[in-house]
Amino acid sequence: MATVKFDEATRLYPGNDKPSVDKLNIDIEDGEFLVLVGPSGCGKSTSLRMLAGLEEVNAGKIWIGDRDVTNLSPKDRDVAMVFQNYALYPHMTVADNMGFALKIAGVDKGEIRKRVEEAAKILDLEQYLERKPKALSGGQRQRVAMGRAIVRSPQVFLMDEPLSNLDAKLRVQTRTQIASLQRRLGVTTVYVTHDQVEAMTMGDRVAVLKDGILMQCDSPRRMYDHPDNVFVAGFIGSPAMNLLDVDVADGGVKVGGSTVPVERAILDASSGKNITLGVRPEDLELTTEGQGIPVTVDVVEELGADAYIYGSTKAHQHVEADEDAEGERPFIARVDGRKPPKKGETVFLAPKTGHVHAFDASSGQRLGD
Amino acid sequence: MTDIMDPPRAGGSRTKPSRRSLRAKSADGRGGGMVTGAATWPVRIVLTFACVVWLMPIAGLLINSFRTRDSQFNSGWWSVFGNPLDATQWTLNNYDRVLSSADANGANMGEAFINSLVVTVPATVIPILIAAFAAYAFTFMTWRGRNVIFVVIVGLLVVPNQVALVPLLKLYGQLGINQTFLAVWLTHLGFGMPLAVYIFRGYMSGLPGEIIESAKIDGASHFTTFWRLIVPMSVPALASFAIFQFLWVWNDLLVALLFLGRGENTVLTVALQGLQGQTGQGRELIPAAGFVTIIVPVLVFLSLQRFFIRGMTTGAVKG
Repeated sequence: MATVKFDEATRLYPGNDKPSVDKLNIDIEDGEFLVLVGPSGCGKSTSLRMLAGLEEVNAGKIWIGDRDVTNLSPKDRDVAMVFQNYALYPHMTVADNMGFALKIAGVDKGEIRKRVEEAAKILDLEQYLERKPKALSGGQRQRVAMGRAIVRSPQVFLMDEPLSNLDAKLRVQTRTQIASLQRRLGVTTVYVTHDQVEAMTMGDRVAVLKDGILMQCDSPRRMYDHPDNVFVAGFIGSPAMNLLDVDVADGGVKVGGSTVPVERAILDASSGKNITLGVRPEDLELTTEGQGIPVTVDVVEELGADAYIYGSTKAHQHVEADEDAEGERPFIARVDGRKPPKKGETVFLAPKTGHVHAFDASSGQRLGD
Repeated sequence: MTDIMDPPRAGGSRTKPSRRSLRAKSADGRGGGMVTGAATWPVRIVLTFACVVWLMPIAGLLINSFRTRDSQFNSGWWSVFGNPLDATQWTLNNYDRVLSSADANGANMGEAFINSLVVTVPATVIPILIAAFAAYAFTFMTWRGRNVIFVVIVGLLVVPNQVALVPLLKLYGQLGINQTFLAVWLTHLGFGMPLAVYIFRGYMSGLPGEIIESAKIDGASHFTTFWRLIVPMSVPALASFAIFQFLWVWNDLLVALLFLGRGENTVLTVALQGLQGQTGQGRELIPAAGFVTIIVPVLVFLSLQRFFIRGMTTGAVKG
């Protein structure tokens, strides 16, 4: 078990002029579960592969514990990796798959058997040890891939979207199992996913990447309550945060027909006359007509206790957090599930005081605290 | 009408009747059934006809190989069906003579059989081994000039073997290895390698790359990865090429005649050709000798036929 440190680690693929991972700095604690998350092509898998030694590091360093592993080959790094498609060896039994690394390392046969059986017990695979991977279900294969990593008792677990080949129900189950297994084993883990729900539920800390640049690395709670920039604000949370372009007024910002109070310090920090205001769907309240933001309801999603309304408004320009995103984002608000507004109706919504996030309109950085 | 047609089809395939019944439902009654039924019979007849045409000469050869010289020359092989119990026309003498005694040129089919094995087995195993190593390097290792060298090797596929024969004869003469097994092994190795490298690389590049990466992380060296993972996973491609190379070398006359010639190292194909003397003596031995020659290819094909077509296409198409 060990700490992991990315120190200005950079990966530039030959032929590209922009690095895929640009000066990544992350310190991972011993035993921590860190999730790398971001849209596809953000460099999260590349970062993981750099740590595994499968991808060259063009600049900067990577440390595991107090060893500089930047130029070490994968086998000398003492890491175990779980791949998205599991990468099981098809011609070997489950037991041989799990024991392969130990066999290569020249571990004694009885010892291999013992460790494979221990891992199989943890993962509930005991009755499948003599089967070939093709005779297993998707979930079982996933567990074998996990088992292969556990058996080695490495310093770091690396997982590259290990759940994305499972169906939705199994994915939720396995998510919890992996998280609790990691807590039990206490092995430092770096986990890559594009699914922000996975990121929020599993990680001790979450690192959001975009275009090879680290946007924020924090605990899930802090990430949700205190996004550092517009991108994180729009990426974390489901349904996504509403991001509105609003004008600065005296002592606050103009939102629709009313003024929402915002701290002086925030307004002073802004570079222009307008700022980007972020409001989560659950932080919007219905208000009296003429107040707040007029929203025409397009879709109502009833979830029982709550209902989400998806609508559009002409009062404000929607700010796109991710310029690559396609289509226009709707205005989303959570309302009481017992008496939701009807489709086509116009409702007036105002943010709860103190539950707004302010971002600089040009840089996208968070204003104030 | 439909009832008469049904039984053979049901025996032939389980899926067909259900598909047909679906079609019969959609079309109006028995008209649809008649169309699909009629389509099957010509196919069966053509296939049966083709099989008979192909098998007939072989059957004739087999029957003649057990007949005496006189009966072979005086009546056609089909005449045995008239009086199959006439023991005077049957003999095992042909096989006995073919396998033991020397023929008109002093070659002995029994020895030639062993020689053929001595030529064919190494000339199959060695190219596969080297080509598999090469294909691994072309697929999973990165090195300067990889693609150029691969293109050159595949380009050699278009060079006809005959172009190389005279230079090879000269070269082997200088090395003093003409008329030795080594010369034939080397020649078949050279002629077989480009295709083998091409097929193996195509197959290996279709294997999931994560498996190789996983092995890397597990601490496997290239050597271990090759033997423990790549070779077992490439069995279909290796087997299909092995069949082709084996049959090609076993049936080869040209290379064997040029680089081994006649004498103590003679292989089956050369011995078979020399069996018949210029005056026609020993002609009765040809059918038996022919059967001795094809017995090994037939066994190889039958035992490995499941790889024969599948492996060849997967290897080539996936690349």
